[in-house]
Order: sequence, then structure tokens, then C-alpha cells
Amino acid sequence: MVHQYKNNGYNIVLDVNSGAIHIVDDLVYDVIPLFETCTKEEIISRLSESYPKEEILEGYEEVKTLVQEQQLFTEDEYENYMEQFKERPTVVKALCLHIAHDCNLACRYCFAEEGEYHGRRAVMSYEVGKAALDFLIAESGNRRNLEVDFFGGEPLLNFEVVKRLVAYGREQEKLHNKNFRFTLTTNGVLLNDEIMEFANQEMANVVLSIDGRKEVNDRMRPFRKGAGSYDLIVPKFQKFAESRNQEKYYVRGTFTHNNLDFSKDVLHLADLGFQQISVEPVVAKPTESYALQEEDLPKLFEEYDRLAVEMIKRQKENRGFHFFHFMIDLEGGPCVAKRLSGCGSGTEYLAVTPWGDLYPCHQFVGNEEFLMGNVTEGVKNKELQKEFKLCNVYAKEKCRNCFAKFYCSGGCAANSWNFHGSITDAYDIGCELQKKRIECAIMIKAALAEEAEETCEIQQNMLNLTQ
Amino acid sequence: MKHVKTLNTKRLQNTVKRGGCGECQTSCQSACKTSCTVGNQSCENK
Repeated sequence: MVHQYKNNGYNIVLDVNSGAIHIVDDLVYDVIPLFETCTKEEIISRLSESYPKEEILEGYEEVKTLVQEQQLFTEDEYENYMEQFKERPTVVKALCLHIAHDCNLACRYCFAEEGEYHGRRAVMSYEVGKAALDFLIAESGNRRNLEVDFFGGEPLLNFEVVKRLVAYGREQEKLHNKNFRFTLTTNGVLLNDEIMEFANQEMANVVLSIDGRKEVNDRMRPFRKGAGSYDLIVPKFQKFAESRNQEKYYVRGTFTHNNLDFSKDVLHLADLGFQQISVEPVVAKPTESYALQEEDLPKLFEEYDRLAVEMIKRQKENRGFHFFHFMIDLEGGPCVAKRLSGCGSGTEYLAVTPWGDLYPCHQFVGNEEFLMGNVTEGVKNKELQKEFKLCNVYAKEKCRNCFAKFYCSGGCAANSWNFHGSITDAYDIGCELQKKRIECAIMIKAALAEEAEETCEIQQNMLNLTQ
Repeated sequence: MKHVKTLNTKRLQNTVKRGGCGECQTSCQSACKTSCTVGNQSCENK
């Protein structure tokens, strides 16, 4: 499968099954769609009005070379491999601990319904948290790296338990030859020096929730009595990011139908000094006034394009920043198994409620249909576990022929369920945005590779002049 | 090549034999919590 597109002056060709990416001129861009179905002579005749014959022949030979080197039109040879792969024993390696089903903000788009997840307000006790960590260690098989996210509601409403659980985890990891990677997702309201210091010692990553510009943030992220949260959290987040050397954190926002010009929010966060930024589309019922609609897509695509161009500019000026959804690791990214096996929800990754109930992920919490078991008795609903285990790219019709399948792993099961009542479908607006982001991310790589090449040429020329 | 520049990428076919160790980060533990993004995850089995 080949996906080709034009973006910001680049002609980009992605060979989906090998992951190879080619930047081509107009001629080869026109040869490629004809290559598999036309003879050489037919291609020459069809393109002869636009290009000289010798050039077409040259381009044709280059395409042929790429095919021979298995960098173009490669086959999808992974389906059988994935059949075998999903037969492997199930282990649990990551937990989302709902340390507090309560929140000191009342964000309008919160899927947790202001932290309460369709249930009552509650905080997790140390005992339940401890049982969750014991469950994780016991179910992790030979996996060494175990991930625990302190999530909510707002986890800092129950910070003492967070501290005690981290101490317990550090004690247990030595006994069981494991490595806990703790993370914290917070709205920042209760952040203080003590918490920052603790997080800098113990948290592999922190996610700091803020939507961007003051008016955008305060509209969707107010306190329960209506006041905005921006003025309180921004200085704390700035201090926190600096204290972590601008690494191992994300300021993370949500954009909605109310701020379709979200690139301004991303740039606002960059202008505040943040270097690790994630601003993501809201997922909401289509009936909500702030939900993204299909007709918003052209505007959102323009925003991603605008952001990508601005990021290249800033990178060249040495004031670049990372945007989570444009980050793509072309040389060291994950293996095919990881890319095709989905997010791990319901199998490797589970969410734990304050009462110790297990759900496939944080987004399913509160939906009794998806109750899987609890931390003391383990996973009881094996049928549900199996359903999630089989949920990979090849189980989803929409994903099979999508060029993005190696980058999104089939998308979010919860979004699929929310929109289609099935975990093997896909949330269509989310897919369109995901595809656009991948195109932009690859274009940025192409632009920066070109920049690096030009710099290299200039250096070489200077070297030649001095010799 | 005159008409094509190929970016350096990991050859996905080569990851079949050694892949699947499962030590890399779970996608939703990174930042997202609402989408699934694996293309930016790093391999821990280099």
C-alpha cells in the first residue's frame, strides 16, 4: 500500500508496509500511481505531454529500483504474524489508578463528569492502592517496566496516598526485579513546592492540564463556582516545567468546537515557555455544543498545516518545541507488533477505581458493562478480556486499508464504543484528524531533513574553500 | 537518485523477528488519554 500527498511544497510518498518515506519530484509523483497498473510504454505515453521522454524513463527506473529494494509497494506480511502474536499469554503492565473520583474544577467536557464517573465522589484508600500494585506485580509476568498513572478526577486531592503508594512501589520493585514508572496527571490547582519536589524525584512524566489562551481555558476549565483556573495554574506550571529542565512533562489541552483556531492555543503555550505541548481534539457526544463536527474538519486541517509550518520556522530559529501529536520516531519507533496490537486496553492496560474495580481503561470506568474484576480477585470477566485481546488493526475493517494503521494502532477502543457501540469500529472524525497529523508530522521530518542537508552542503563548501 | 530522496526510517519488516517484547510505554500513559498514538513511542529493545 502506498500513500502519497502534497504538503507545504513537498511531494511525499509513504510506503505503508515497510515504513519507507520518499520525497519525490513531480515526475515521480505522477509515475507512482501508474506504476503497478500500466506498462512502461503506457506510462511514457500518458505523461509525455508534461515531461520529456528521457526524464520519464529516468523516473521510471528510480521507482523500479525502490520496488526492488523493498521500499515501495511492499506487501502486508504481518497478518499471520499478528494471529500468532495475540495468542501469547496475557500480562498486565500498566495501571491507571483513579486515586480520586473527585475534582476541584468543573471542566465542561470532562468524560469523568467532574471527576465522579457517573458514580459517587470517593478517594482511593492506601489499602486498595497497595492491592492494585500487588496485582500489577503478580500479573506482569516477565515484564520489567511497569507503569502506574495517578489519575482522577484530580489525584492531588489524595496526595498522601500517592506518596505512600510510591514508597510502597519503590520497596516492592527491588524485591521483584521490576521498575515502576510513575506518572501524574493533574489540573495544577493544588500544586505546591513540596509536590513538585516529590514529583521531580519520583514521576517519570507529569501531564499538566491547560487548554491554551486564557479565555479558551477559562471557558472550559472553570472552578465549580465559575471562576477561571488560568491565572492560578500558569505560574505553577511554568515553575514546574523549569524545575524538570523542560523535559518529562506535557502541558496538555483539549480543543473543542469553541476554539477551532487551536493552533493559537498551542503557540500561546509555546510563548509561555513550555517546550512539551499536547493539545488534542475533544471527544464528545455529537449533541454537545462543544463537540467537533464533520464540517469542522477543513478548518482543523488548515490549523494543523499552519502549526506545522510555524513549528519548522521556530525550529530553524532554535526556539522549537515538541507537539505530542506531531512527534514521530521514524528511525527508532516501535516494532510492528506494538504498532498493530492496539493500545493494550483491557489486557496490558487497566484502570482501577477508588474501590479497586478493574475496567479496560479510564474511559470505560463507570460503564458497568465493562466491569472486568477487581484488584483482589483479578480479572474475572475473561470473555471481555478476550474481546479486547483480539482487538487489533486486522480486526477493524476501517483500518485494514488505512495508511495510518502503523501509527495509530487502530485508534481508541473507547471512542469506537462511544460512537458505534463496538470496540472494533473507529471514531471517524478522530481518524481524519489522526491521518492529517501523521501527514504533517512526516512533512516536518522532510523539511528538517532538507534543512540538515543544506547545512551540511554549506559546511562542505566552506571546507572546500579553506582547503 | 535524481528524482527521489528517501528519509532514514526503521525498516518495519526487520522488526518482526526481534519485536514484541512489550517493554515500551503504553500509549495512553504518555499524554493522550483520548486517542491512540504509537508512532511516536520509542522502542526499548534496540
